[in-house]
Amino acid sequence: MSESILKVNNLVVGFSMYQPRSFHKTTLQVIHSLSLEVNKGEILAVVGSSGSGKSILAHAVLNLLPKNAVVGGEVLYKGQTITKKREKELFGREIAFIPQSIDYLDPVMKVGKQVEGVFGTSKRKEELFNQYKLPIDTSNKYPFQLSGGMARRILICGALMGNPELIIADEPTPGLSLDIAMETLQHFRTFADNGTGVLMITHDIDLALNVADKVAVFYAGSIIEIAPTQDFIKGKDALRHPYSKALIDALPQNEFVPILGTQPYAGDLPSGCLFAKRCKYRNENCVGRQEERELRGGKVRCINAV
Amino acid sequence: MQFKAEHISFRYTDKSPLILEDVSLTIEAGERVGIVGPSGCGKSTFAKIMAGYQKPVKGQILIDDVPMERKVFCPVQMIYQHPELAVNPRWKMKKTLNECFEPDEYLLEQMGIEKAWLNRWPSELSGGELQRFCIARILAPQTKLLICDEITTMLDVITQAQIWKMLLEIADERKMSMAIITHNQALAEKVCTRIVRISD
Repeated sequence: MSESILKVNNLVVGFSMYQPRSFHKTTLQVIHSLSLEVNKGEILAVVGSSGSGKSILAHAVLNLLPKNAVVGGEVLYKGQTITKKREKELFGREIAFIPQSIDYLDPVMKVGKQVEGVFGTSKRKEELFNQYKLPIDTSNKYPFQLSGGMARRILICGALMGNPELIIADEPTPGLSLDIAMETLQHFRTFADNGTGVLMITHDIDLALNVADKVAVFYAGSIIEIAPTQDFIKGKDALRHPYSKALIDALPQNEFVPILGTQPYAGDLPSGCLFAKRCKYRNENCVGRQEERELRGGKVRCINAV
Repeated sequence: MQFKAEHISFRYTDKSPLILEDVSLTIEAGERVGIVGPSGCGKSTFAKIMAGYQKPVKGQILIDDVPMERKVFCPVQMIYQHPELAVNPRWKMKKTLNECFEPDEYLLEQMGIEKAWLNRWPSELSGGELQRFCIARILAPQTKLLICDEITTMLDVITQAQIWKMLLEIADERKMSMAIITHNQALAEKVCTRIVRISD
């Protein structure tokens, strides 16, 4: 049994906000009792609908949520909660974060300095720049002088500066050409093979399947399926949830056929299965709340899945 | 409409190196041209020049053999990678949608935009929903060439397939041409009629 690096138990995240034209505050719940685990030496890919709460999960772990967020449940790093004091010791050293947007770079600081950060060295920086095919004079540029893909590589270099034991990567690959994207993922794999745990949020399912060990599928703030990567590679028949199957069908290299409809809005969720409205296997069993259950070596939230 | 970029060269400042050097591209009516190349090679810069947002140092943009006019509705329109940054966060979606023309019911239905979304703020919609607005608001009858700069990279694959299905239907119906920038080879092969490569 491998050692757990990151464990999330029954995480609930909501945002407290005012109702339109009133002084009453309500909480809009966007993540509903979510549990997952990343083990030592393991890459967990998180895929799923845009706006399903994938980035919020990453931000909840890293304590980056805005002030009006209401967080419940627990987040354990190596079995212990991350206190304010531990945060200072861990973040940037043992825990590395690759943010989703290149807006996270400081617009008025040269990127070389940003990559080095507080704990880095210029030798390691040059090594990484070489590896990611960034010209060495990139160090002296400001973020606005870089293209989207170059800025993305800067974010990656910054995160890999130290020797992280947990990498949280929020969409590390958009804007990168195929060879650099693959190289980045291989880099994560090398880290994982040396014992690092990686939580990788991504839309590039096809790329992620090359390196991930497990895949978690998000929909409207819940995990609806966790499956070994092998099941995704085998194709839709090996998967459990109808939404995961639909993801496979929608890939451009497969059918490229979308299902209809959109994910329900967080303020207006159905009481039963979240996916029921778009599901072609819907029946009377779908009205009740869908609990997570074990199935064929994975987990699924669908009463009809076999 | 025929679109022509002739011998375009571009640098951001007088001292900086040339990003684009002598690039030419012709797009005929109804063509869907994929533009691929490594990151940092100038794809997005070229897109901005095509849409008239940047002036090239050398070369010109011709529309049906006439230089592109300013101060009229530009027949070349652009869709961006980040829809959440391309809309005004303090405008309700209805105002954003009707900014440059008023899309009719048929178009909204085609784009899969629900009536209820019109009264929401941008922060209450997902990326895929916002991207539909960003596309619908520029699909005026005068739009003849659509530049798509990585428009679905930030979206999940189902939303990606939905958006491309709608776009291709509309493009076929109106004989509209498209220039498509993407890193996704499989996607480029599915949606483009021709693929050109920009090298470093």
